Amino acid sequence: MSNDIAVTVSHVSKTFKLPHDKAASVKGNLIRTIQRKRGYEIQHALEDINFEVKKGEFYGIVGKNGGGKSTLLKVISGIYAPTKGGVSVSGKLTPFIELGVGFNPELTGRENVFLNGALLGFNRKEMQAMYEDIVAFAELGRFMDQKLKNYSSGMQVRLAFSIAIRAESDILVMDEVLAVGDAAFQKKCFDVFRELKKQGRTIILVTHDMANVERFCDRVLVIDKGKQLTVTTPAKASSIYARLNVSEEAINKNDLLADNTKIREGNGVVIVEDVQLYSGQKSAKIFNTGEDLTVELTLKRDEAHSNVPLVCGLSFHDSDDHIIAGPNSLLASIKPDATEVSFTMANLTLAPGDYKITTAVFGKDMEVFDLIEKWINFSVISDRQIPGFVDLRGEWSSRKGKDR
Amino acid sequence: MKLFNRVFSKQNRALLAELVRTDFKLRYQGSLLGYAWSLLRPLLMFAILYVVFVIAFPLGKGVPHYPVYLFMGIVIWNFFTEMTQQSLGSIVGRGDLIRKIRIPRWIIVFSSSIAALINLGLNLVVLAIFMALNHVDIMRSILLLPLLLFEVYVFALGISLFLSAAFVKFRDVSYIWDVVVQAGFYLTPILYPLSKITSLTFQKIMLLNPMAQSLQDARYAVVSHDSAVVTISRVFDGGWYSLIPFTIVLVTLMGGLAYFKSQANSFAENI
Repeated sequence: MSNDIAVTVSHVSKTFKLPHDKAASVKGNLIRTIQRKRGYEIQHALEDINFEVKKGEFYGIVGKNGGGKSTLLKVISGIYAPTKGGVSVSGKLTPFIELGVGFNPELTGRENVFLNGALLGFNRKEMQAMYEDIVAFAELGRFMDQKLKNYSSGMQVRLAFSIAIRAESDILVMDEVLAVGDAAFQKKCFDVFRELKKQGRTIILVTHDMANVERFCDRVLVIDKGKQLTVTTPAKASSIYARLNVSEEAINKNDLLADNTKIREGNGVVIVEDVQLYSGQKSAKIFNTGEDLTVELTLKRDEAHSNVPLVCGLSFHDSDDHIIAGPNSLLASIKPDATEVSFTMANLTLAPGDYKITTAVFGKDMEVFDLIEKWINFSVISDRQIPGFVDLRGEWSSRKGKDR
Repeated sequence: MKLFNRVFSKQNRALLAELVRTDFKLRYQGSLLGYAWSLLRPLLMFAILYVVFVIAFPLGKGVPHYPVYLFMGIVIWNFFTEMTQQSLGSIVGRGDLIRKIRIPRWIIVFSSSIAALINLGLNLVVLAIFMALNHVDIMRSILLLPLLLFEVYVFALGISLFLSAAFVKFRDVSYIWDVVVQAGFYLTPILYPLSKITSLTFQKIMLLNPMAQSLQDARYAVVSHDSAVVTISRVFDGGWYSLIPFTIVLVTLMGGLAYFKSQANSFAENI
């Protein structure tokens, strides 16, 4: 391991044996051994994870819930032993899987400070020296001689965090500790993080808050379903992570819409049988800003009206149900006997977010044949920040004005 | 020495002290008499046994200072059971720490053993008072007592390491151990003088048990050299067999350590 590497994770895999029946007992085990039955399921929590964290780096690990982040963190921290592969750490590493580990509700705040300090490796004398600072930072001076069970959860977290930041380790490993506390306290935490970073400590942060990732991290590891997707910049990681989340949401939503929740009206002379979204030639649900998006309607006509002229309309809604746009085919010519109608937006300008489409088919005199509200979902993601609803694709220019 | 320094590093010592302190603070949490119970419990226990085995059924006739002899047995046996039973659940009980922080696992077992040692110390104070009341002569052999207590401690530690690790995987262990302790209580000459067992063979077999051996030796060292206090070197006449209990103690410690070490890495996921 070279000198500027703080943590090396090489080919780490972790599998858990999940017993089928939870109550472990000698008898149960005996029976299973005799019957040669495997009484457990193998779960691959991590598969072949490889990465290095440099000294002084603020390293992020992101992924969805249940994706193996926390397991990876515990392996790095030495709480779990990896099934395969190894982790080498240079320097002292302190994990914060949770704030206030070992806090006992029956002890006073003061006693808990000393207990928690001991878990970080400080003896009583050292803790005494920093006790006042800890209490001041937590803003809990009046409460220290009360039992911890009488503290609010916010107070407990404040106390725990104030002790945690005293850890004199080279490497700090943190799991979602930012998610707690009020805004003022969060700001305090961020200041501490900046300070720690300035001091050249190595920090590994596991989170799914992309704002924090972009704010602090130098590099980010993205994992999904126990596998390493990539190590990349915070901005890229953000968009990969968004895609991971969106794909699942999109699928779930369409399941919902498959039932009768949609609002439908019209006389049924012509009905919309199906709608497909395409990116170029490929069927898609998620689009990048700048991609081409095609909405294709499949129509079905009443036998008696197989040649009735019609107008197709779409409206695009954002997640707050605002109508973003409402294109219709009044001006375009649709063949009277057409059954496939499509609408293409080249170079998608919508800002990232979730959208729904309402489809409608009208007769020539705008009588409603078939209108189905907000039944198609799609999502837009982007590598860039796009404030507002659309990317206007305008161009900025500047010149020196003439003297007046 | 190097190993000692690593095992008892500043961090580990601080942690150990804090864990023991917490245990002690929490033990009598919410009771009116608090720490006084540490002394009251053995006293009351002794009072009952005194009424039953000294007044009602005088089992110990012929044994000098039988009440002290009896109390000594109770104190040492209680230390052994308290330490093993508390250590047994210690790893599981501290699951919150093990799953979230990296601390040496043995410290947890060690801290409950120290809590038991502190109680033993208190009980020995009570014992000393009884000795004075009973006019027991202080013999030079009393110097052997710390060594004998150390033997009991090492034996209990080996068992504790094994039990605490096994309990993580098999919750049956605690029930099994309860039964073993019950049986051990009667197989060890605690209530009855060993001299009441007339068969020499049985005396020999019983004294191979490290608890019986250390108990009798401790009584011999502290209470009386009378021939009614049967010790292992007396029944084997100083032969090599007397070393068997010590071997058992050592093997138990090694076995317990080895098993604990083999399991320690997977505590976090098995709890």
